[in-house]
Amino acid sequence: MYPADRCGLASPAVQTLRRTPLFEQHVALGARLVPFAGWEMPVQYEGVISEHRAVRTDAGVFDVSHMGELEVEGPTARDLLQSTLSKDVDKLSPGQAQYTLLTNEDGGIVDDLMLYRLDEHRYLIVANASNKDAVFRWLKERELRGSDVRDVSDDYALLAVQGPHAIAKLGLPAAPAFTWDMNELDGVEVMVNRTGYTGEDGVELACMSEDAERLWAAVLARDITPCGLGARDTLRLEVCYPLHGNDIGPQWDAISSGLGWVCALDTEFTGVERLREIKAAGPEQKLVPFAMTDKAIPRQGMSVEGGGEVTSGTMSPMLEVGIGMAYVPAAAASAGTELVIDVRGKPRRAEVKKKPLYRVL
Amino acid sequence: MAASESYPDDLLYHPEHDWARIDGDEAVLGVTWYAQDALGELVHYEPPSVGATVAKDNSYGEVESVKAVSDLISPLSGEVLEVNEKVVDAPETVNEDPYGDGWLIRIRLTSPGEQDQLLSLGEYRKVLDEA
Repeated sequence: MYPADRCGLASPAVQTLRRTPLFEQHVALGARLVPFAGWEMPVQYEGVISEHRAVRTDAGVFDVSHMGELEVEGPTARDLLQSTLSKDVDKLSPGQAQYTLLTNEDGGIVDDLMLYRLDEHRYLIVANASNKDAVFRWLKERELRGSDVRDVSDDYALLAVQGPHAIAKLGLPAAPAFTWDMNELDGVEVMVNRTGYTGEDGVELACMSEDAERLWAAVLARDITPCGLGARDTLRLEVCYPLHGNDIGPQWDAISSGLGWVCALDTEFTGVERLREIKAAGPEQKLVPFAMTDKAIPRQGMSVEGGGEVTSGTMSPMLEVGIGMAYVPAAAASAGTELVIDVRGKPRRAEVKKKPLYRVL
Repeated sequence: MAASESYPDDLLYHPEHDWARIDGDEAVLGVTWYAQDALGELVHYEPPSVGATVAKDNSYGEVESVKAVSDLISPLSGEVLEVNEKVVDAPETVNEDPYGDGWLIRIRLTSPGEQDQLLSLGEYRKVLDEA
Protein backbone atom coordinates (compact mmCIF):
# COMPACT_ATOMS: atom_id res chain seq x y z
CA MET A 1 0.00 0.00 0.00
CA TYR A 2 1.20 3.49 -0.78
CA PRO A 3 -0.17 6.44 1.16
CA ALA A 4 -3.77 6.93 0.18
CA ASP A 5 -3.48 10.61 -0.54
CA ARG A 6 -4.55 10.85 -4.15
CA CYS A 7 -8.03 12.00 -3.26
CA GLY A 8 -6.95 14.78 -1.00
CA LEU A 9 -8.43 13.81 2.34
CA ALA A 10 -5.19 12.66 3.91
CA SER A 11 -3.06 15.77 3.56
CA PRO A 12 -0.80 16.40 6.53
CA ALA A 13 -2.20 18.37 9.42
CA VAL A 14 -0.94 21.88 9.93
CA GLN A 15 -0.78 23.59 13.27
CA THR A 16 -3.22 26.34 12.48
CA LEU A 17 -6.28 24.13 11.97
CA ARG A 18 -9.37 25.46 13.67
CA ARG A 19 -11.76 23.35 15.72
CA THR A 20 -15.52 23.60 16.10
CA PRO A 21 -17.11 23.80 19.59
CA LEU A 22 -17.83 20.05 19.22
CA PHE A 23 -14.25 18.89 18.66
CA GLU A 24 -14.04 17.01 21.98
CA GLN A 25 -17.33 15.26 21.23
CA HIS A 26 -15.98 14.04 17.90
CA VAL A 27 -12.82 12.71 19.54
CA ALA A 28 -14.88 10.98 22.23
CA LEU A 29 -16.96 9.25 19.53
CA GLY A 30 -13.80 7.94 17.88
CA ALA A 31 -14.10 10.09 14.76
CA ARG A 32 -11.35 10.08 12.17
CA LEU A 33 -10.33 13.73 11.91
CA VAL A 34 -8.95 15.34 8.77
CA PRO A 35 -8.00 18.85 7.71
CA PHE A 36 -10.80 20.43 5.67
CA ALA A 37 -10.89 24.07 4.54
CA GLY A 38 -8.62 25.05 7.42
CA TRP A 39 -10.59 23.10 10.01
CA GLU A 40 -9.96 19.82 11.78
CA MET A 41 -13.18 17.98 10.96
CA PRO A 42 -14.61 14.47 11.38
CA VAL A 43 -14.55 12.64 8.04
CA GLN A 44 -16.20 9.55 9.53
CA TYR A 45 -17.13 7.92 12.83
CA GLU A 46 -18.12 4.30 12.12
CA GLY A 47 -17.74 4.38 8.34
CA VAL A 48 -18.79 6.46 5.35
CA ILE A 49 -21.13 3.85 3.88
CA SER A 50 -23.06 3.07 7.07
CA GLU A 51 -23.40 6.79 7.84
CA HIS A 52 -24.59 7.46 4.30
CA ARG A 53 -27.23 4.75 4.59
CA ALA A 54 -28.35 6.04 8.00
CA VAL A 55 -29.20 9.39 6.37
CA ARG A 56 -31.00 7.73 3.43
CA THR A 57 -33.08 5.40 5.61
CA ASP A 58 -33.32 7.03 9.05
CA ALA A 59 -31.58 10.18 10.32
CA GLY A 60 -28.03 11.49 10.68
CA VAL A 61 -26.39 14.57 12.19
CA PHE A 62 -23.41 16.49 10.82
CA ASP A 63 -21.40 19.13 12.63
CA VAL A 64 -21.09 21.83 9.98
CA SER A 65 -20.03 24.59 12.36
CA HIS A 66 -17.02 25.27 10.14
CA MET A 67 -19.35 27.01 7.69
CA GLY A 68 -19.30 30.80 7.75
CA GLU A 69 -22.14 33.05 8.88
CA LEU A 70 -22.44 36.68 7.81
CA GLU A 71 -25.15 39.14 8.78
CA VAL A 72 -26.18 41.95 6.48
CA GLU A 73 -28.34 44.56 8.16
CA GLY A 74 -29.75 47.98 7.45
CA PRO A 75 -32.28 49.82 5.28
CA THR A 76 -30.12 49.25 2.17
CA ALA A 77 -29.21 45.61 2.96
CA ARG A 78 -31.66 44.50 0.29
CA ASP A 79 -30.00 46.75 -2.31
CA LEU A 80 -26.53 45.42 -1.50
CA LEU A 81 -27.69 41.80 -1.79
CA GLN A 82 -29.77 42.35 -4.90
CA SER A 83 -26.80 43.90 -6.70
CA THR A 84 -24.39 41.10 -5.73
CA LEU A 85 -26.41 37.86 -5.50
CA SER A 86 -27.88 35.96 -8.43
CA LYS A 87 -31.39 35.29 -7.21
CA ASP A 88 -34.17 37.84 -6.80
CA VAL A 89 -33.87 38.96 -3.18
CA ASP A 90 -37.31 40.60 -3.39
CA LYS A 91 -38.88 37.12 -3.64
CA LEU A 92 -37.60 36.40 -0.13
CA SER A 93 -39.93 37.21 2.79
CA PRO A 94 -38.92 37.13 6.46
CA GLY A 95 -39.00 33.47 7.52
CA GLN A 96 -37.81 32.23 4.14
CA ALA A 97 -34.49 31.01 2.72
CA GLN A 98 -32.92 31.03 -0.76
CA TYR A 99 -30.10 29.10 -2.41
CA THR A 100 -28.16 31.78 -4.28
CA LEU A 101 -24.78 32.60 -5.86
CA LEU A 102 -22.22 35.33 -5.42
CA THR A 103 -20.94 35.88 -8.96
CA ASN A 104 -17.96 37.73 -10.41
CA GLU A 105 -17.88 39.97 -13.55
CA ASP A 106 -17.59 36.89 -15.78
CA GLY A 107 -20.55 35.20 -14.18
CA GLY A 108 -18.17 32.83 -12.38
CA ILE A 109 -19.15 31.63 -8.93
CA VAL A 110 -17.28 33.21 -6.00
CA ASP A 111 -19.40 31.10 -3.65
CA ASP A 112 -22.77 29.42 -3.44
CA LEU A 113 -24.73 30.53 -0.40
CA MET A 114 -27.82 30.08 1.65
CA LEU A 115 -29.55 33.40 2.30
CA TYR A 116 -32.06 33.69 5.15
CA ARG A 117 -34.23 36.75 5.64
CA LEU A 118 -34.33 37.31 9.39
CA ASP A 119 -36.59 40.37 9.36
CA GLU A 120 -37.40 43.39 7.21
CA HIS A 121 -33.85 44.75 7.07
CA ARG A 122 -31.71 41.85 8.33
CA TYR A 123 -30.34 38.87 6.42
CA LEU A 124 -28.14 35.89 7.34
CA ILE A 125 -25.74 34.36 4.82
CA VAL A 126 -24.29 30.86 5.30
CA ALA A 127 -21.15 30.53 3.19
CA ASN A 128 -18.69 27.71 2.52
CA ALA A 129 -15.90 27.64 5.11
CA SER A 130 -13.15 28.06 2.54
CA ASN A 131 -14.87 31.07 0.93
CA LYS A 132 -16.24 32.87 3.97
CA ASP A 133 -13.47 35.45 4.12
CA ALA A 134 -13.72 36.14 0.37
CA VAL A 135 -17.49 36.59 0.58
CA PHE A 136 -17.12 38.89 3.57
CA ARG A 137 -14.51 41.04 1.79
CA TRP A 138 -16.56 41.11 -1.42
CA LEU A 139 -19.65 42.40 0.38
CA LYS A 140 -17.72 44.69 2.72
CA GLU A 141 -16.06 46.43 -0.26
CA ARG A 142 -19.48 47.06 -1.78
CA GLU A 143 -21.23 48.12 1.44
CA LEU A 144 -23.72 50.92 0.91
CA ARG A 145 -24.65 53.76 3.21
CA GLY A 146 -27.21 52.04 5.42
CA SER A 147 -25.96 48.48 5.05
CA ASP A 148 -23.67 46.79 7.55
CA VAL A 149 -21.90 43.47 6.86
CA ARG A 150 -20.67 41.53 9.90
CA ASP A 151 -18.82 38.22 10.19
CA VAL A 152 -20.66 36.38 12.98
CA SER A 153 -19.17 32.95 12.23
CA ASP A 154 -17.66 32.51 15.68
CA ASP A 155 -20.98 33.20 17.38
CA TYR A 156 -22.80 30.23 15.88
CA ALA A 157 -22.63 26.46 15.70
CA LEU A 158 -24.47 24.67 12.92
CA LEU A 159 -25.78 21.09 12.90
CA ALA A 160 -27.40 19.49 9.86
CA VAL A 161 -29.94 16.81 10.85
CA GLN A 162 -30.99 14.98 7.72
CA GLY A 163 -32.99 11.92 6.74
CA PRO A 164 -36.56 10.67 6.35
CA HIS A 165 -36.99 10.35 10.15
CA ALA A 166 -35.08 13.53 11.10
CA ILE A 167 -38.11 15.77 11.67
CA ALA A 168 -40.06 13.14 13.62
CA LYS A 169 -37.10 12.20 15.81
CA LEU A 170 -36.46 15.85 16.63
CA GLY A 171 -40.17 16.32 17.39
CA LEU A 172 -40.43 19.31 15.08
CA PRO A 173 -43.61 20.46 13.35
CA ALA A 174 -43.98 20.06 9.59
CA ALA A 175 -42.89 23.10 7.59
CA PRO A 176 -42.19 23.86 3.93
CA ALA A 177 -38.68 23.57 2.51
CA PHE A 178 -36.66 26.81 2.38
CA THR A 179 -38.29 28.31 5.45
CA TRP A 180 -36.96 28.88 8.97
CA ASP A 181 -38.38 29.40 12.42
CA MET A 182 -37.18 29.66 16.01
CA ASN A 183 -37.74 26.69 18.30
CA GLU A 184 -36.07 24.96 21.21
CA LEU A 185 -34.66 21.51 21.80
CA ASP A 186 -34.11 20.39 25.40
CA GLY A 187 -33.99 24.04 26.42
CA VAL A 188 -31.54 25.12 23.71
CA GLU A 189 -32.81 27.95 21.54
CA VAL A 190 -32.32 27.03 17.88
CA MET A 191 -32.95 28.55 14.49
CA VAL A 192 -34.54 25.68 12.56
CA ASN A 193 -33.82 25.92 8.84
CA ARG A 194 -35.62 23.63 6.41
CA THR A 195 -32.56 23.31 4.24
CA GLY A 196 -29.86 20.73 3.67
CA TYR A 197 -27.24 19.20 1.41
CA THR A 198 -28.31 15.56 1.20
CA GLY A 199 -31.53 15.59 -0.85
CA GLU A 200 -33.37 14.20 2.17
CA ASP A 201 -35.98 15.83 4.35
CA GLY A 202 -34.37 17.50 7.32
CA VAL A 203 -33.16 20.65 8.96
CA GLU A 204 -30.07 22.69 9.64
CA LEU A 205 -30.02 23.86 13.26
CA ALA A 206 -28.14 27.01 14.20
CA CYS A 207 -27.46 27.77 17.86
CA MET A 208 -25.10 29.94 19.85
CA SER A 209 -21.60 28.42 20.03
CA GLU A 210 -21.78 28.07 23.80
CA ASP A 211 -24.94 25.92 23.42
CA ALA A 212 -23.40 23.60 20.82
CA GLU A 213 -22.55 20.76 23.22
CA ARG A 214 -26.08 20.74 24.68
CA LEU A 215 -27.65 20.76 21.22
CA TRP A 216 -25.37 17.95 20.01
CA ALA A 217 -26.30 15.89 23.09
CA ALA A 218 -30.00 16.61 22.53
CA VAL A 219 -29.77 15.38 18.94
CA LEU A 220 -27.79 12.23 19.78
CA ALA A 221 -30.24 11.45 22.60
CA ARG A 222 -32.90 11.10 19.89
CA ASP A 223 -31.10 8.13 18.32
CA ILE A 224 -29.71 10.11 15.38
CA THR A 225 -26.47 8.78 13.84
CA PRO A 226 -23.39 11.04 13.91
CA CYS A 227 -22.09 11.42 10.35
CA GLY A 228 -18.86 12.87 8.97
CA LEU A 229 -17.90 14.90 5.96
CA GLY A 230 -17.25 11.71 3.95
CA ALA A 231 -20.93 10.80 3.96
CA ARG A 232 -21.89 14.44 3.43
CA ASP A 233 -19.91 14.35 0.18
CA THR A 234 -21.32 11.05 -1.12
CA LEU A 235 -24.87 12.11 -0.19
CA ARG A 236 -24.66 15.44 -2.02
CA LEU A 237 -23.08 13.84 -5.08
CA GLU A 238 -25.83 11.21 -5.39
CA VAL A 239 -28.36 14.05 -5.69
CA CYS A 240 -26.01 16.17 -7.87
CA TYR A 241 -25.62 19.13 -5.54
CA PRO A 242 -22.41 20.88 -6.66
CA LEU A 243 -19.49 21.37 -4.28
CA HIS A 244 -17.73 24.72 -4.56
CA GLY A 245 -14.05 24.16 -5.24
CA ASN A 246 -14.82 20.90 -7.07
CA ASP A 247 -17.77 21.32 -9.42
CA ILE A 248 -18.28 25.07 -9.35
CA GLY A 249 -15.93 28.00 -8.90
CA PRO A 250 -14.89 31.41 -10.20
CA GLN A 251 -13.48 29.86 -13.40
CA TRP A 252 -16.84 28.42 -14.51
CA ASP A 253 -19.88 30.60 -15.23
CA ALA A 254 -23.16 29.75 -13.52
CA ILE A 255 -24.92 28.77 -16.78
CA SER A 256 -22.25 26.23 -17.77
CA SER A 257 -22.36 24.94 -14.19
CA GLY A 258 -26.05 24.10 -14.56
CA LEU A 259 -27.09 26.80 -12.09
CA GLY A 260 -29.00 29.00 -14.53
CA TRP A 261 -32.09 28.28 -12.44
CA VAL A 262 -30.44 30.14 -9.55
CA CYS A 263 -29.85 33.25 -11.70
CA ALA A 264 -32.64 35.81 -11.98
CA LEU A 265 -31.43 37.26 -15.28
CA ASP A 266 -34.14 39.96 -15.12
CA THR A 267 -32.42 41.48 -12.07
CA GLU A 268 -29.15 43.46 -12.05
CA PHE A 269 -26.22 41.80 -10.27
CA THR A 270 -22.49 41.47 -10.89
CA GLY A 271 -21.86 39.40 -14.01
CA VAL A 272 -25.48 39.34 -15.20
CA GLU A 273 -24.64 40.80 -18.64
CA ARG A 274 -22.17 38.02 -19.31
CA LEU A 275 -24.61 35.38 -18.06
CA ARG A 276 -27.31 36.74 -20.39
CA GLU A 277 -24.88 36.44 -23.32
CA ILE A 278 -23.93 32.86 -22.41
CA LYS A 279 -27.58 31.94 -21.96
CA ALA A 280 -28.45 33.39 -25.38
CA ALA A 281 -25.51 31.78 -27.21
CA GLY A 282 -25.67 28.52 -25.28
CA PRO A 283 -22.73 27.39 -23.12
CA GLU A 284 -19.79 25.67 -24.81
CA GLN A 285 -19.47 23.16 -22.00
CA LYS A 286 -21.81 21.88 -19.36
CA LEU A 287 -21.53 20.26 -15.96
CA VAL A 288 -23.27 16.88 -16.20
CA PRO A 289 -23.86 13.98 -13.82
CA PHE A 290 -22.77 10.54 -14.98
CA ALA A 291 -22.64 6.93 -13.82
CA MET A 292 -19.99 4.40 -14.74
CA THR A 293 -21.05 1.53 -16.99
CA ASP A 294 -17.63 -0.11 -16.54
CA LYS A 295 -16.50 -1.16 -13.09
CA ALA A 296 -14.42 1.80 -11.92
CA ILE A 297 -14.57 4.80 -9.61
CA PRO A 298 -14.18 8.23 -11.20
CA ARG A 299 -12.17 10.84 -9.30
CA GLN A 300 -11.71 14.60 -9.45
CA GLY A 301 -9.26 15.67 -12.17
CA MET A 302 -9.63 12.64 -14.45
CA SER A 303 -9.96 13.61 -18.09
CA VAL A 304 -12.86 12.77 -20.37
CA GLU A 305 -12.02 11.58 -23.89
CA GLY A 306 -12.89 14.24 -26.47
CA GLY A 307 -12.47 17.06 -23.95
CA GLY A 308 -13.73 17.44 -20.45
CA GLU A 309 -12.81 16.85 -16.86
CA VAL A 310 -14.26 15.02 -13.89
CA THR A 311 -14.91 17.46 -11.03
CA SER A 312 -16.24 15.01 -8.42
CA GLY A 313 -16.40 11.25 -8.27
CA THR A 314 -17.06 8.46 -5.82
CA MET A 315 -18.67 5.07 -5.38
CA SER A 316 -22.39 5.59 -4.78
CA PRO A 317 -23.33 3.75 -1.59
CA MET A 318 -26.96 3.48 -2.73
CA LEU A 319 -26.49 2.73 -6.44
CA GLU A 320 -23.27 0.73 -5.86
CA VAL A 321 -21.64 2.05 -9.03
CA GLY A 322 -19.10 4.78 -9.65
CA ILE A 323 -20.77 8.19 -10.08
CA GLY A 324 -19.56 11.70 -10.67
CA MET A 325 -19.90 15.05 -12.34
CA ALA A 326 -17.85 16.38 -15.23
CA TYR A 327 -17.62 19.34 -17.55
CA VAL A 328 -18.08 18.08 -21.10
CA PRO A 329 -18.61 19.80 -24.47
CA ALA A 330 -22.25 20.86 -24.86
CA ALA A 331 -22.68 18.35 -27.70
CA ALA A 332 -21.86 15.51 -25.29
CA ALA A 333 -24.03 16.77 -22.46
CA SER A 334 -27.38 15.10 -23.12
CA ALA A 335 -28.51 12.18 -21.01
CA GLY A 336 -27.61 8.85 -22.54
CA THR A 337 -24.36 10.05 -24.14
CA GLU A 338 -21.46 7.67 -23.58
CA LEU A 339 -18.34 9.16 -21.99
CA VAL A 340 -14.91 7.54 -21.81
CA ILE A 341 -12.98 8.49 -18.69
CA ASP A 342 -9.24 8.06 -18.25
CA VAL A 343 -9.01 6.14 -14.96
CA ARG A 344 -5.26 6.29 -14.28
CA GLY A 345 -4.43 5.33 -17.85
CA LYS A 346 -7.30 2.93 -18.44
CA PRO A 347 -10.28 3.95 -20.58
CA ARG A 348 -13.51 3.31 -18.66
CA ARG A 349 -17.02 3.89 -19.98
CA ALA A 350 -19.69 6.00 -18.34
CA GLU A 351 -23.07 7.42 -19.34
CA VAL A 352 -24.42 10.93 -18.91
CA LYS A 353 -27.49 10.85 -16.66
CA LYS A 354 -30.30 13.16 -15.68
CA LYS A 355 -30.22 14.83 -12.26
CA PRO A 356 -30.49 13.46 -9.65
CA LEU A 357 -28.42 10.30 -9.94
CA TYR A 358 -30.23 8.91 -6.90
CA ARG A 359 -33.86 9.85 -6.51
CA VAL A 360 -35.02 10.36 -2.94
CA LEU A 361 -38.40 8.70 -2.44
CA MET B 1 -18.10 -6.01 10.15
CA ALA B 2 -14.53 -4.77 10.17
CA ALA B 3 -12.01 -7.16 11.70
CA SER B 4 -10.25 -6.43 15.00
CA GLU B 5 -6.63 -5.37 14.82
CA SER B 6 -4.28 -8.31 14.44
CA TYR B 7 -0.98 -9.31 12.78
CA PRO B 8 -0.38 -13.06 12.41
CA ASP B 9 3.14 -14.24 13.25
CA ASP B 10 3.31 -16.75 10.36
CA LEU B 11 3.44 -14.04 7.68
CA LEU B 12 6.23 -11.94 6.19
CA TYR B 13 5.56 -8.22 5.94
CA HIS B 14 6.45 -5.36 3.63
CA PRO B 15 6.78 -1.84 5.09
CA GLU B 16 4.03 -0.57 2.74
CA HIS B 17 1.60 -2.66 4.83
CA ASP B 18 1.40 -5.73 2.64
CA TRP B 19 1.86 -9.34 3.72
CA ALA B 20 3.01 -12.58 2.07
CA ARG B 21 2.24 -16.14 3.11
CA ILE B 22 4.89 -18.33 1.51
CA ASP B 23 4.21 -21.98 0.65
CA GLY B 24 7.09 -23.62 -1.25
CA ASP B 25 7.63 -21.69 -4.49
CA GLU B 26 4.27 -19.91 -4.22
CA ALA B 27 3.00 -17.04 -2.11
CA VAL B 28 -0.38 -15.56 -1.29
CA LEU B 29 -0.40 -11.76 -0.94
CA GLY B 30 -2.66 -9.32 0.82
CA VAL B 31 -2.77 -6.09 2.82
CA THR B 32 -2.48 -5.78 6.58
CA TRP B 33 -5.11 -4.76 9.09
CA TYR B 34 -3.42 -1.35 9.31
CA ALA B 35 -3.77 -0.81 5.54
CA GLN B 36 -7.46 -1.65 5.38
CA ASP B 37 -8.16 0.48 8.47
CA ALA B 38 -6.32 3.47 7.01
CA LEU B 39 -8.26 3.17 3.75
CA GLY B 40 -11.69 2.52 5.25
CA GLU B 41 -14.33 0.28 3.73
CA LEU B 42 -13.07 -0.96 0.39
CA VAL B 43 -15.44 -0.57 -2.56
CA HIS B 44 -13.22 -1.50 -5.52
CA TYR B 45 -10.38 -3.93 -6.27
CA GLU B 46 -8.50 -3.58 -9.54
CA PRO B 47 -6.50 -6.84 -9.78
CA PRO B 48 -3.73 -7.81 -12.20
CA SER B 49 -4.40 -10.39 -14.91
CA VAL B 50 -3.59 -14.04 -14.30
CA GLY B 51 -0.24 -14.66 -15.98
CA ALA B 52 1.01 -11.11 -15.42
CA THR B 53 4.36 -10.63 -13.74
CA VAL B 54 4.66 -8.67 -10.54
CA ALA B 55 7.88 -7.14 -9.28
CA LYS B 56 8.95 -6.67 -5.67
CA ASP B 57 8.23 -3.13 -4.38
CA ASN B 58 6.10 -2.31 -7.44
CA SER B 59 2.36 -1.87 -7.81
CA TYR B 60 0.39 -4.89 -8.98
CA GLY B 61 -3.09 -3.43 -8.59
CA GLU B 62 -5.24 -0.94 -6.74
CA VAL B 63 -7.82 -0.88 -4.01
CA GLU B 64 -10.21 1.99 -3.44
CA SER B 65 -12.42 3.15 -0.62
CA VAL B 66 -15.12 5.78 -1.02
CA LYS B 67 -12.52 8.48 -0.45
CA ALA B 68 -9.14 7.08 -1.40
CA VAL B 69 -7.16 5.07 -3.91
CA SER B 70 -4.13 3.01 -2.97
CA ASP B 71 -1.59 1.06 -4.97
CA LEU B 72 -1.00 -2.52 -3.93
CA ILE B 73 2.71 -3.09 -3.48
CA SER B 74 4.06 -6.54 -4.13
CA PRO B 75 6.37 -7.77 -1.38
CA LEU B 76 7.90 -10.33 -3.79
CA SER B 77 8.47 -10.88 -7.51
CA GLY B 78 6.54 -13.54 -9.37
CA GLU B 79 3.89 -14.57 -11.85
CA VAL B 80 0.20 -14.24 -11.02
CA LEU B 81 -1.40 -17.68 -10.71
CA GLU B 82 -4.76 -16.64 -9.27
CA VAL B 83 -6.78 -13.53 -8.42
CA ASN B 84 -9.23 -13.64 -5.52
CA GLU B 85 -12.48 -13.11 -7.41
CA LYS B 86 -14.39 -12.97 -4.14
CA VAL B 87 -12.65 -9.68 -3.38
CA VAL B 88 -13.35 -8.40 -6.91
CA ASP B 89 -17.06 -9.02 -6.29
CA ALA B 90 -17.07 -7.98 -2.62
CA PRO B 91 -14.07 -5.74 -1.82
CA GLU B 92 -15.25 -5.31 1.78
CA THR B 93 -14.06 -8.90 2.34
CA VAL B 94 -10.61 -7.35 2.88
CA ASN B 95 -11.96 -5.28 5.80
CA GLU B 96 -13.71 -8.29 7.27
CA ASP B 97 -10.86 -10.80 7.00
CA PRO B 98 -7.61 -9.24 5.73
CA TYR B 99 -5.48 -12.37 6.26
CA GLY B 100 -8.03 -15.03 5.26
CA ASP B 101 -10.87 -14.59 2.76
CA GLY B 102 -9.50 -11.13 1.94
CA TRP B 103 -6.29 -12.34 0.28
CA LEU B 104 -5.63 -10.62 -3.07
CA ILE B 105 -3.41 -12.70 -5.38
CA ARG B 106 -1.45 -15.95 -5.44
CA ILE B 107 1.90 -15.89 -7.26
CA ARG B 108 4.69 -18.27 -8.29
CA LEU B 109 7.92 -16.82 -6.95
CA THR B 110 10.55 -15.96 -9.54
CA SER B 111 13.17 -14.74 -7.01
CA PRO B 112 12.55 -16.75 -3.84
CA GLY B 113 15.65 -15.23 -2.21
CA GLU B 114 13.82 -11.90 -1.95
CA GLN B 115 11.92 -13.15 1.06
CA ASP B 116 15.03 -12.58 3.18
CA GLN B 117 14.45 -8.84 2.71
CA LEU B 118 10.93 -8.92 4.14
CA LEU B 119 10.03 -8.04 7.69
CA SER B 120 9.20 -10.41 10.51
CA LEU B 121 6.21 -9.57 12.68
CA GLY B 122 8.50 -7.93 15.24
CA GLU B 123 10.15 -5.77 12.60
CA TYR B 124 6.78 -4.81 11.07
CA ARG B 125 5.50 -3.77 14.49
CA LYS B 126 8.35 -1.25 14.65
CA VAL B 127 7.15 0.17 11.31
CA LEU B 128 3.65 0.47 12.77
CA ASP B 129 4.96 2.20 15.90
CA GLU B 130 6.46 4.87 13.67
CA ALA B 131 3.43 5.22 11.38
